Amino acid sequence: MSKSAFSAIGEEAELDRDEFTPGIEPQATWCPGCGDFGVLKALKQAAPELGLTPDEMLLVTGIGCSGKLNSYFDSYGYHSIHGRSLPIARAAKLANPGLSVIAAGGDGDGYGIGGNHFMHTARENHDMTYIVFNNEIFGLTKGQTSPTSPKGHKSKTQPQGSAKDPIRPLSLALTSGASYIARTAAVNPRQAGNILAEAIEHDGFAHIDFLTQCPTWNKDAKQYVPYVDVQDSDDYDFDVNDRGEAAEMMQETEDVLHEGTVLTGRFYVEEDRRSYQQEKIDQGQMPEEPLAERYFDDSAEWERTADELIARHR
Amino acid sequence: MTDTELVWRLAGGSGDGMDSTGQAFEKALMRMGLNVFSHRHYPSRIRGGHTYFEVRAGGDQVRSRGDGYNFLLALGDSFARNPQEDQPAYYGEEDVKPLSENLDDLREGGVIVYDEGMLEEDDLATAGVDLEERAEENDWHVYPLDLRGIAREHGREIMRNTAGVGATAALIGMDTEPVKELMSDRMSGDILDANLTVLEEAYDQVLEMDQTHSVQVPGGSHEADQVLMSGSQAVAYGALDAGCRFIAGYPMTPWTDVFTIMSQNLPAFGGIAEQVEDEIAAASLAIGASHAGVKAMSGSSGGGYALMSEPLGLAEMTETPLVLIEAMRAGPSTGMPTKPEQGDLEHVLYTSQGDSNRVVFAPGTVEECYEQTRDAFHIAYDYQIPVTVIIDQKLSGEITNIEEDLFDREPDPSLGSVLTEEEIADAPHHESGIFDRFQHDPGTDNGVSPRSIPGQKGGRFLATGNEHTPQGHIEEDPDNRVFQMDRRMRKLDAIRGELDEFSPPHQTAYGPDEAEHGILTWGSQQGTVEEAIDRLNDDGHSVKALGVSDLMPYPETEVTEFLESVEECLVVEMNASAQFRGLTQKELGQFGEKLSSLLKYNGNPFEPAEIVEGFEIQVNGGGEAPSAQTRIEPAVGD
Repeated sequence: MSKSAFSAIGEEAELDRDEFTPGIEPQATWCPGCGDFGVLKALKQAAPELGLTPDEMLLVTGIGCSGKLNSYFDSYGYHSIHGRSLPIARAAKLANPGLSVIAAGGDGDGYGIGGNHFMHTARENHDMTYIVFNNEIFGLTKGQTSPTSPKGHKSKTQPQGSAKDPIRPLSLALTSGASYIARTAAVNPRQAGNILAEAIEHDGFAHIDFLTQCPTWNKDAKQYVPYVDVQDSDDYDFDVNDRGEAAEMMQETEDVLHEGTVLTGRFYVEEDRRSYQQEKIDQGQMPEEPLAERYFDDSAEWERTADELIARHR
Repeated sequence: MTDTELVWRLAGGSGDGMDSTGQAFEKALMRMGLNVFSHRHYPSRIRGGHTYFEVRAGGDQVRSRGDGYNFLLALGDSFARNPQEDQPAYYGEEDVKPLSENLDDLREGGVIVYDEGMLEEDDLATAGVDLEERAEENDWHVYPLDLRGIAREHGREIMRNTAGVGATAALIGMDTEPVKELMSDRMSGDILDANLTVLEEAYDQVLEMDQTHSVQVPGGSHEADQVLMSGSQAVAYGALDAGCRFIAGYPMTPWTDVFTIMSQNLPAFGGIAEQVEDEIAAASLAIGASHAGVKAMSGSSGGGYALMSEPLGLAEMTETPLVLIEAMRAGPSTGMPTKPEQGDLEHVLYTSQGDSNRVVFAPGTVEECYEQTRDAFHIAYDYQIPVTVIIDQKLSGEITNIEEDLFDREPDPSLGSVLTEEEIADAPHHESGIFDRFQHDPGTDNGVSPRSIPGQKGGRFLATGNEHTPQGHIEEDPDNRVFQMDRRMRKLDAIRGELDEFSPPHQTAYGPDEAEHGILTWGSQQGTVEEAIDRLNDDGHSVKALGVSDLMPYPETEVTEFLESVEECLVVEMNASAQFRGLTQKELGQFGEKLSSLLKYNGNPFEPAEIVEGFEIQVNGGGEAPSAQTRIEPAVGD
């Protein structure tokens, strides 16, 4: 292996959070009071804390207010289409596991139109972080009921109130197979930054349900205060490494959200499960060296069908 | 039709090993120096149901399936027969179908071997077939043999296919050595010994019979080494030799063939294969891998390709190189999953919102499947554009011999228009440090902006499905919009220019240059059309053909020259709405009065005689209805 074609990867750097602010659009245009600012802030806290640099990060977003995240965060970015950030992100990670890959999108993007990808990416345990901006509403299209809107939620598209129970994001992540599951809130930036850093460090699929209040289109909803950190509170006692206890805690958390109790923190952490890329490497289904490096390695030998496969056709 | 060729049809039950037996026999004929071409017919059913594998073999080049055939080996259908003998068959009275269903296409003087251990005269009578009477009318030569009995006695019942091959060899004067060699390649020990005994026993029994027929194996020899290959294999091998090391897919017939071959071989080639949750994910994964610096592909058949529509548009807008395969089958909707059709042309050309900015190739032969898949990667990565290779159930499953030399080539792992870190350092950046990914145009006018790959130092930019600035930031300014649209669309002109320089060209001309009449076709019908051209010219007509592979960007010059040189032209395609003729008129804006169509959409590919018939009707002024299940659509004004 000659020297890496991707020298940004693993490069030692001590950056300031401001160095993740892009010069082109330094000022985000979300509405005043929007929870999305909280995600951006947490990301700018976590990235330098982990010693990451903009050129080794790939931030893949979907469509919605949340999709503007990579306009305001300086890194390699892929602003994709509605619901499809996960399949793009996970393939990039397989192609070059050295990249730090983060996917982000809203609750409609991740739990609605992209729900199938959420389930399968979690199941496969790709080594990446997925941030879902959960504001319980479609914001960019001006206030329609979303998959996480509470039952009875009224909007222009649900004038008589939604007859549907909201989706249970944490429980869904757990049954699907995510190995790190947390909920945080924009109103709690310190916790959000810490959880995000843990999630990026986690070797497997890390899902963060990030409560992002929408002061414009979801005025009736709680602003997620006061919030409770389940790890800090004496009222909640469960083992975050125990699937059964985590499931119960998630169930309760999802139930009480719409009664005004905002529970946040780490809900499930599985440290010993191998990531998907590691499984594939161990089973001989993926090269140990990053595949993308090979295309830049002038000395690489490329297999030919003439040598490997044609004999069986004679 | 003379019998200078053998057209051997192996008929039996789906799930009874028709394919593997047929392919082995086909390969034996190839090794004897013959040119071979096979055609598969099978139902959309897991087990049971009538199926056949047909091999056409001759000393001259064989470009197509034949008109009918001259040797039937009718085996039983083990799944049509209920093991509880007093109970009715699972799928109604189907156990005689390997014999009864195939009689209409058998030529005069043809040979029938049937397994009387599985099929009885009584069964035939029940099915309303008087074999004796029809054999007399058509001069068929019928050899009932207890193949099942031979297999049971000397091996196992399942070896009745082997017995059938032995009987065939004895009847057509074929040396069994190539067959035995192939068996030795694939089997060993007791199984091999038993199969060899069954083969010889059937061979010997037939030699003792009175033989009255004249169908024999033809002679032939090859100047160059040959390999036996299908269109799906050639597509997959083209991708591998083009340096493709990533595939994502979801099963769908007939695309599954390419997906399977890639998935089986990629790990050993150092690559990655991903079977994923749906086709939206499949195309999106290929985009993600390509964006991250790997040559990647996906594909599907019509239904799955429909799901890829939005990711396809994203690849166009973000200028992410992408190769997709569309293996067509008869539509609309689920249609006929195992039947060929060319009904997805317009779907592939225009699906996804906005102006199409893509390349579409439709190879016409197995060789072209290999070449044009290689070309697809080259174009996709050089020009940062999605390229779709359209094949169909006919081409994907056809197996023929091609020269082995075709594959003796350097692999092409180039990522195309990609910068190294050193080059990025010298390339223009926004003052804030972001790379001008969508502007940098180093002295060429082809619209291509070389890209950086995530992880490269100093290369960061934003890829987005929104209209964007040179750095990839979302922008709706009219001047920027027009600049970016024009730059992306300009790539198509540059690609057309490059394709026009290809030698040999993607478009295949066939027949005498000075011919009066023309036949225009696209994709998989090319070989069949060429055979029809030979027959028509032998019969005193003056006609030539052009088989078109480039559907977008359209080969305007080549097709215009072709159409200007002929008085009138029949457009042959396998769909009901004359999609390729419509495309040709749209692209060229003329020739409406010259172009008539011959269409077929009954689930079976054209036979050469059907094209001959359609052409002759048109040449004689049209109006007459074809006897075949084809339809003629007259030219404008006719």
